[in-house]
Amino acid sequence: MIHRTIKPEPNIVQGTPLDAKDLKRGKIFLNSYAPALRYTWDTGEAMGRYLAELKNGRLIARSCRKCERVMIPPRMFCERCFRPTDDWVYVKATGTVNTFSLCYVSWDVRRLKQPEIPAVIEIDGASPGMGILHLVRKVAPKDVRIGMRVAAVWKPPAQRTGSITDIAYWMPINRRSQRTVSAK
Amino acid sequence: MTKFMRRALETPKELAWLAAKAALDSAEMKLDQIDGAVLGSAPDAFDGMHMKGEYLADGCGGWRKPYLRCYVGGGTGVYAVAQGWFQVASGLFDTALVVCEEKMSTCQPHPQAAFISIFDPFTEQPLKPNLLWIFALEQNRYMQTHHITLEEIARVSVKNKRNALGHPSAQLGAEITVKDVLASEVMAWPVHRLMVSPTSDGAAAVVLAAGDVARRLTSKPVWIQGVGWCLDTAYWTNRDLYYPEYVEKAAWMAYRMAGVKEPRREINIAEPYDPFAYKELHHLEGLQLAPKGQAPKLLADGVFDRDGDLPVTPSGGLLGVGNPIAAAGTMKICELFWQLRGEAGRRQVPGKPERGVAQAWGDLMQVGTVVVVGTREPKR
Amino acid sequence: MAGTQLRKSHIAKWRGEIPIESLYTAGIGGQRFFKALKEKGKLVGTRCRPCHQVFVPSRQFCERCFVELTEEVRVQPDGVIKSFSYAYVDHNGRRLKQPVTSALVQLEGATTVMLHRLLDVKDLSRISIGSRVKAVIKPKAKRTGSILDIEGFRLVE
Repeated sequence: MIHRTIKPEPNIVQGTPLDAKDLKRGKIFLNSYAPALRYTWDTGEAMGRYLAELKNGRLIARSCRKCERVMIPPRMFCERCFRPTDDWVYVKATGTVNTFSLCYVSWDVRRLKQPEIPAVIEIDGASPGMGILHLVRKVAPKDVRIGMRVAAVWKPPAQRTGSITDIAYWMPINRRSQRTVSAK
Repeated sequence: MTKFMRRALETPKELAWLAAKAALDSAEMKLDQIDGAVLGSAPDAFDGMHMKGEYLADGCGGWRKPYLRCYVGGGTGVYAVAQGWFQVASGLFDTALVVCEEKMSTCQPHPQAAFISIFDPFTEQPLKPNLLWIFALEQNRYMQTHHITLEEIARVSVKNKRNALGHPSAQLGAEITVKDVLASEVMAWPVHRLMVSPTSDGAAAVVLAAGDVARRLTSKPVWIQGVGWCLDTAYWTNRDLYYPEYVEKAAWMAYRMAGVKEPRREINIAEPYDPFAYKELHHLEGLQLAPKGQAPKLLADGVFDRDGDLPVTPSGGLLGVGNPIAAAGTMKICELFWQLRGEAGRRQVPGKPERGVAQAWGDLMQVGTVVVVGTREPKR
Repeated sequence: MAGTQLRKSHIAKWRGEIPIESLYTAGIGGQRFFKALKEKGKLVGTRCRPCHQVFVPSRQFCERCFVELTEEVRVQPDGVIKSFSYAYVDHNGRRLKQPVTSALVQLEGATTVMLHRLLDVKDLSRISIGSRVKAVIKPKAKRTGSILDIEGFRLVE
């Protein structure tokens, strides 16, 4: 790679770049502060029920009779029709991978040897395109496909707390069918 | 604008002032000739200053003036210019100073950590997601839907980093190849390291003036012909991410205002938002400058090169110049300004470009903000 | 739609943290001020002639007329109280046994005030607006280039 520097043009002032060495030399005056940002989020009615049902080992959605969508995650108002949603609807704990990634970097910027596989999974029983974010496991990274059928793997009831992680992960439904799934 | 860099000595307020002062000096104006100031800056968490807008006001020329802060994630840089435009076009002000600033180096260990609360606390945060996930998930969907290869995406990094070599503010201008991009480490497949823009400190500013005032100040005013913005649902897992509907809506809002009926023919330069390489292509399609799925082919054919039929990101973009969140979008507006006046130096696109479009994007794959600028004054 | 009472079939709350640490640079203005304070134990400001202002601590630019400020002015550690307060509650809302006194002090030569602590206040009634104070600056060995290199301000009898 070739890096070149250019003379400043009109309207561009440089500013003063620092690098890590400048900070170590102790000539730059610094101050640091870590605010204690601890939050207690209220779930609201929809999430409150969603999490309670997860603890029971079930996925639940809400429907809007006007636009006829079955929505997951559930919500008490329909954002398209701008009216209250109507009914609670249980949906299946199976679905189809809409998109996925193989992530080698953790949330706190550490390198991972084995990738995490986040995916958007369209849930059976909800309207088409209604996906949720979750993690896929028990499949080789190179075998994950958009369109792959997956099922939720639940934590044992005693370990569930009323959280999206009461589903430990999703795995391919039919191991045999993986070999016959086409490349694209 | 300032140089975009990984870490600046200047405080956020000083960065804002450097850019704002440079804008005023280039227009040969004094601060007391400015009627109102607009600031665009992303969450307080990055610079670590609560009530960041109020803190930055001094550096934006906001001292004892009507002052507005706006924020729509990465869309801010273009959105702030639209906000300034309202104030002048409404007849309320004759002049406005629009400044966008970000100092991401304050946020330790990495600005990523501040982003964790962009995810829903109930349905997403317990999965310990990081921001790379949503870009990777979107890129995968886009590639899969249109059968786009990684090589085609990598070309954006090559083009933009090369273009950035001509930009004096650039943080990451470089001559690289498609092979280099694909050899760079996989962050979150299908995203490779050289497809990602850096975090940066920096600021950019523009001076806006009503028609008669502008004509007195310069013989080559650049006119804002159209503005548009549109926000999609935060339920991002309920959408098909392969196409940014919200960019299309924002674009048509701006094009309609500008009287543009065939964007591909009437726009001479485009500066779409490129925080990740694939995003430039994704946004070009939303901007109606390429049919769905066709942007990669047009790029490969050289249409989007600086000397091509429709130069795209001649500045070098976020990939090459840098990504201080709010300032990046304004950098694109600055680029169109210099290009349309023939003042872009080594980056100048040939011919006499008359009309350009700048677009920024942000949030949970949610907002499109668009501004159309041109050399011709819009009719009333 | 009225608000709803939560029932047993609901999970009511979720607790979490947003873990960030901010690392601030003092900036161009700050570098000037803290360098003089740390190395020489002196207090400096910058002058804006058009606005007739001397800003202490020093600043890079004048927010009123927008010029760059390069004229450094050394100010004496003597000043006058422009306002003050004593707080019986800390920032977490807990009651304090001894009040913490803070003051806005205008140093001689400056046109701005700075915030700091008042030291060794035995009798709160002795503090008033207009009281004369002097900055107590730590010995060089203890100075790090922080506003706390100034221990505080002491009333002058």
